[in-house]
Amino acid sequence: MTTAAPLEVRSLSKRFAIGNAFRRAHVHAVDDVSFELRPGKITALVGESGSGKSTVARLLARLHDPSEGAVLFEGSDVSGVRRRRDVLHYRSQVQMIFQDPFGSLNPVKTVRHHIERPLRIHRIVPPAQIEERVHDLLRTVGLVPPAEIAAKYPYELSGGQQQRVAIARALAVEPKVFLADEPISMLDVSIRIGILNLMLRLKEERGIAFLYVTHDLASARYVADDILVMYAGQIVERGPIEQVLSAPLHPYTRLLLAAVPDPATKLQAQRIEMRKGLASAAVDPSEGCRFVTRCPLAIDVCSRVTPPLVEAQPEQAARCHVTAPSN
Amino acid sequence: MTSLVEEPSVTRTRQATLLELRQLVVEYGSGDKRARAVDGVDLAIHEGEIVGLAGESGCGKTTIANAVMQILRPPGRIAGGSILFEGESLVGKSTEELRRFRWRNVSMVLQSAMNALNPVMRVGDQFVDAMRAHERIDRRRALARAGELLELVGIDRRRARAYPHELSGGMRQRVIIAMALSLKPELIIMDEPTTALDVVVQREIMQQIDALKRDFGFAVLFITHDLSLLLEFADRIAIMYAGEIVETASAERLGTNPQHPYTQGLLQSFPPLTGPLTRLTGIPGSPPDLRDPPSGCRFNPRCPYCVPEQSGLYLRQTTERPLLRTVEPGHEVACHLVEGAE
Repeated sequence: MTTAAPLEVRSLSKRFAIGNAFRRAHVHAVDDVSFELRPGKITALVGESGSGKSTVARLLARLHDPSEGAVLFEGSDVSGVRRRRDVLHYRSQVQMIFQDPFGSLNPVKTVRHHIERPLRIHRIVPPAQIEERVHDLLRTVGLVPPAEIAAKYPYELSGGQQQRVAIARALAVEPKVFLADEPISMLDVSIRIGILNLMLRLKEERGIAFLYVTHDLASARYVADDILVMYAGQIVERGPIEQVLSAPLHPYTRLLLAAVPDPATKLQAQRIEMRKGLASAAVDPSEGCRFVTRCPLAIDVCSRVTPPLVEAQPEQAARCHVTAPSN
Repeated sequence: MTSLVEEPSVTRTRQATLLELRQLVVEYGSGDKRARAVDGVDLAIHEGEIVGLAGESGCGKTTIANAVMQILRPPGRIAGGSILFEGESLVGKSTEELRRFRWRNVSMVLQSAMNALNPVMRVGDQFVDAMRAHERIDRRRALARAGELLELVGIDRRRARAYPHELSGGMRQRVIIAMALSLKPELIIMDEPTTALDVVVQREIMQQIDALKRDFGFAVLFITHDLSLLLEFADRIAIMYAGEIVETASAERLGTNPQHPYTQGLLQSFPPLTGPLTRLTGIPGSPPDLRDPPSGCRFNPRCPYCVPEQSGLYLRQTTERPLLRTVEPGHEVACHLVEGAE
């Protein structure tokens, strides 16, 4: 814990304008989000679609500029950085892996081309050693024999192999942080575990800090050390993942957990509450808890006062007036 | 077997076979590029039963659904075997006969509800269209029934006036399920109906299907890659690999006592949400190219029990195609390893 967090976000917010000139509204896609990624740790960011989890990853990758708040890389704010050299440095240290591996590779270029490019652009190794480094990287992500794989085109590879190429490419620049946005959701079931195991190995052997964006709680539990649960743009619960999943504080975390298929219990055994409100709570939100329309525990204060993130258990915090009261 | 005869007739009618596939073969393409997407599949679905069909992408599960509905597109074609619905063959029926059969006897719910609904037509009108294509019903009565069906799936009947884009993804999928129910079919084929949805919405929809099934008594062929969902939801599960069914059993038995190494590997691919965590292995390699499938057992290149050291077994595994064999009543496995156990 004494090592500086490679990446920290403070009170990050992002609003998108929707509607037209007469009916302007703003989606608060990300609202006052703070957390840090630690070296050699995987932090899972979970939530339903539209909760803002991908926007957080995109803000960290500097694909969007935040409306408010700061992104700190090794202690210095990078959210306003415009100089090409600084941007390049940041992008080499913080790498992103996307959901669709085929879409993130160039269909007319070989695997070798994909991995060589970052090595050349960021001048990682002298030109004479590039070939050797490409093979090393392919071996690291489990693509063997490397010489054969390097000559192939993306369409000649399976989805899992394509995702491994994307990871090798990201690894080429020796990053400190990986942002993985649903990296396994488009892959076949039988090869998902392989990618998750690769993530585990990279965090253990190279001390890479991961942000793992997913909607799949079981895979999050398998790889992650910490969890952030997002709902309608806000973090509603955070803490060590085993602790949060075994004793969730926020009613939304409980709902998510109850919704995951569990072969041990039959469908009738754990009926969940039907959804009453919609997840559009992030459009020009008024004061109050955004989960209130769906919450079984809601009390009077919930629709009037936005609950703060309160550490109700050691290291575990939630935004809930009932289960994590602020005093 | 004799005890079956003595059981009350109610249970016997529930056991009646609705849909039966016999040695079904579906091919795409021709010549050297020919791929057998479905290769000799036997599958029966009984009245009021939820049968899960699980497998990875490209294993042929959606092709089976399309073959049953007779909506295979060229170059896909049924190259062998038969499809029987209540004992009557569907292969070779005329277009008009098929038109009557679809929706009235078997309806289908697809993964992407957005593409299944007409974006420029109100939801209610699409119900009316579907109903009036099959029975003589006036518009007002059809709309009233559309409203009832929408309420059944938990949508306000006033939303019948909405256009598809005004509904959320989960609501659109429920609209499709309601439409699939509109002519009270005996069988509903659901092809990955919840894959594009969030877990919470997925569970709401699964609960609704379960409740509706008990009220209406239809059977469901549920196609998905998510085995953990089927274990909780289905009565019986068939596991498909590279165009073949490799194991069928009741959901309970498949979850606790899987026999085929592929089924075991699939179950090993889902990390648990509770209990102790161990490093999982998944299944090494990837599914084969169906234009050139491995000889013998199609799973042999990925199978942990297929090793050259066991020369006799290895020879059979790599040259001889294993057939589905009954290991226990209701539990069938196609694997050279379990044949000896009989």
